[in-house]
Amino acid sequence: MAKISYLQAIHQALDYEMGQDESVFVLGEDVGKKGGVFKVTAGLQEKYGALRCLDTPLAESNIVGTSIGAAMMGKRPVAEIQFADYILPATNQILSEAAKIRYRSNNDWNCPIVIRAPFGGGIHGALYHSQSVETIFASTPGLKVVVPSTPADAKGLLISAIRDNDPVLFFEHKKAYRLLKEEVPEGDHTVPIGKADIKREGDDITVITYGLCVNYALQAAERLSKDGYEAEILDLRTIYPLDKESIIKAASKTGKVLLVTEDNLEGSIISEVAAIIAENCLYDLDAPIMRLAGPDVPSMPYAPPMEDFFMINPDKIEAKMKELAEH
Amino acid sequence: MPMEEVLMPKLGESVTEGTIENWLVQPGDTVGEYDPLCEVITDKVTAEVPSVFDGTIKELLVDEGDTVEVGTPICLMETEGAAEAGKEDESGAEPSQEAPPASEQVEETPSSGHTGTRDVPKNGKSRISPVVMRLADENDIDLNTIEGTGFEGRITKKDVLKTIEAGPQAAETQPKAAASPEQEATPAPAGQNIVAGDEIPVTGVRKAVASKMVQSSQEIPHAWLMMEVDATNLVNVRNRHKSSFKEREGFNLTFFSFFVKAVAETLKEYPMLNSSWQGDRIVINRDINISIAVAGDDKLYVPVIRNADDLSIKGIAKQVGELAALGRNHKLTQDHMAGGTFTVNNTGAFGSVQSMGIINHPQAAILQVESIVKKPVIIDDMIAVRHMVNLCLSIDHRILDGLVAGQFLKAVKERIEAYSVETTSVY
Repeated sequence: MAKISYLQAIHQALDYEMGQDESVFVLGEDVGKKGGVFKVTAGLQEKYGALRCLDTPLAESNIVGTSIGAAMMGKRPVAEIQFADYILPATNQILSEAAKIRYRSNNDWNCPIVIRAPFGGGIHGALYHSQSVETIFASTPGLKVVVPSTPADAKGLLISAIRDNDPVLFFEHKKAYRLLKEEVPEGDHTVPIGKADIKREGDDITVITYGLCVNYALQAAERLSKDGYEAEILDLRTIYPLDKESIIKAASKTGKVLLVTEDNLEGSIISEVAAIIAENCLYDLDAPIMRLAGPDVPSMPYAPPMEDFFMINPDKIEAKMKELAEH
Repeated sequence: MPMEEVLMPKLGESVTEGTIENWLVQPGDTVGEYDPLCEVITDKVTAEVPSVFDGTIKELLVDEGDTVEVGTPICLMETEGAAEAGKEDESGAEPSQEAPPASEQVEETPSSGHTGTRDVPKNGKSRISPVVMRLADENDIDLNTIEGTGFEGRITKKDVLKTIEAGPQAAETQPKAAASPEQEATPAPAGQNIVAGDEIPVTGVRKAVASKMVQSSQEIPHAWLMMEVDATNLVNVRNRHKSSFKEREGFNLTFFSFFVKAVAETLKEYPMLNSSWQGDRIVINRDINISIAVAGDDKLYVPVIRNADDLSIKGIAKQVGELAALGRNHKLTQDHMAGGTFTVNNTGAFGSVQSMGIINHPQAAILQVESIVKKPVIIDDMIAVRHMVNLCLSIDHRILDGLVAGQFLKAVKERIEAYSVETTSVY
């Protein structure tokens, strides 16, 4: 197995599925000739032709609308939104149409689309290129929202997403693209959607998070183990619908739960996780549920010190982990 | 068997509940009628509850520190009178019948005491997480035997799991044996940065004072004003009589008595200050009963000088002396405290020169008499050395406004400044 980056893993997944299934095609702004703003789709147009790697106008509602229409005609479109911040014009297509087609047609129709969107900060993208928008979609039944935290998961989850018969939003952390590298199984590698994953075993505290924060939490956990505390890290992987069973099990195991997200604290996905734990694990809790998240300010600033202030990092997680472990 | 219930007595007119401060008897004790059974705290007073029967205490129904309503049974007594009436001719058999329950009682007491404390650890370790409570319950573990390693000594889930692993026998000895190496091995728990001091449970009079103060400051919108009063003549009057008075009467002629006298007289002029807010109406009190604050150790009592306006300065001085002595010895009863309509507080006794009194609910005002201090004062463009004193008045702003409060305080001031060696009699 080769060590590849998070970005390469996503590329591999697209390439593999396009090779496997003729109905799979990608579309988005500059995905073709340019290969995408981050080069995720580089080379796909050359390999599969302009009709299966489609450059679109700068109109997100059109990209998603087209994808829904194509899906109705039996295709499996993978739409790219250049930055998750710009998904909002397509929100109506996603929430009002894609999410509801199966339900409103009494199962006669479904909407097998994937919408890939790079999100998150830490790359000096400033206000409109750093946001976490996943919670906008993580409360709409009919959608699946996936956030991979490792290259192998990214590949496996994207292949599963393309094969899924329902609309899947696939959020990729921009900072993870080139930062994270690992060995990724070649060929047909899938990771089930809707299943959380224990990324590290421990019995002192449980950290539940997703996306890039999983990596940061793993780094923090290694440091914390020098202090004699072992953290269990649960990667949600799919943030909607949540894997309640795994959450309850992991929270009950240690009774001390730290929830981490880069999103703004209030109303974030970890708020829902906290509610699940509060509802199900009261008699297993040994400490108040703790949350670590971005501050409740509109968006990530450009100035590096301010961006650092906003961003989650291993130091912040470690400090919070320690506080919880010592509670 | 003839069994009688002793009920929580009604210790005062507006008293609806009482707190058992401590029991003076134990089950099995024989008591006579009028023997004290327990001390009950109500409104800033500790009263003894006397027995109304001759008999033997069977069971105490209310724990120390618990508050119950008037009329609630507080203990069970086996009464001799009733027993004799019922089974006079079988009195020889009586003791043997009584004996088993008595011995049962002896056995029961420690065991019930044990279960009572088992789940709630002492030393203020009351922050027990749900999982710790559950594990302790499921495994029948006494949390008092576990040394907590969490924040501020909290018992964590792991502490309980370790105790469970160590087994039931080790549970008793574990804390002493395991605690010290445990603490050395654990790298600096955050809790060690904060060293908690001694903890004093809030009970008894302190609790009563606290709740009364909260009530006063929450219900009454306080306003406050202060006037400086020239007490030079008052000092002269008092100094003139001081030693002969003590010799003749056997108690001190205090400055405070002069102030109480002046206030009592002025209250006649301004009856609104002697009133009480009663929700939809203001009740003006006919009697002028001055509450005075008396401190004894950590306790605060507010006994009352009744009809202070009827008394001479000597009469007031006598009552102040008597009440203060009772207070210092914790002998004040509910009767001493009841019926105050206005409070005069001798804050000057400990050197204070300015203070804001909290009104003694449901009164309308409180006057603080501060220290008498020698000061340079300008009189007729000349600098004179005078004995000055600050009078601080807190008023219930629902009843009183600044105007009447100011007029009242000014009248008190004038009365005090009008004391003179020539005209003032202390008798």
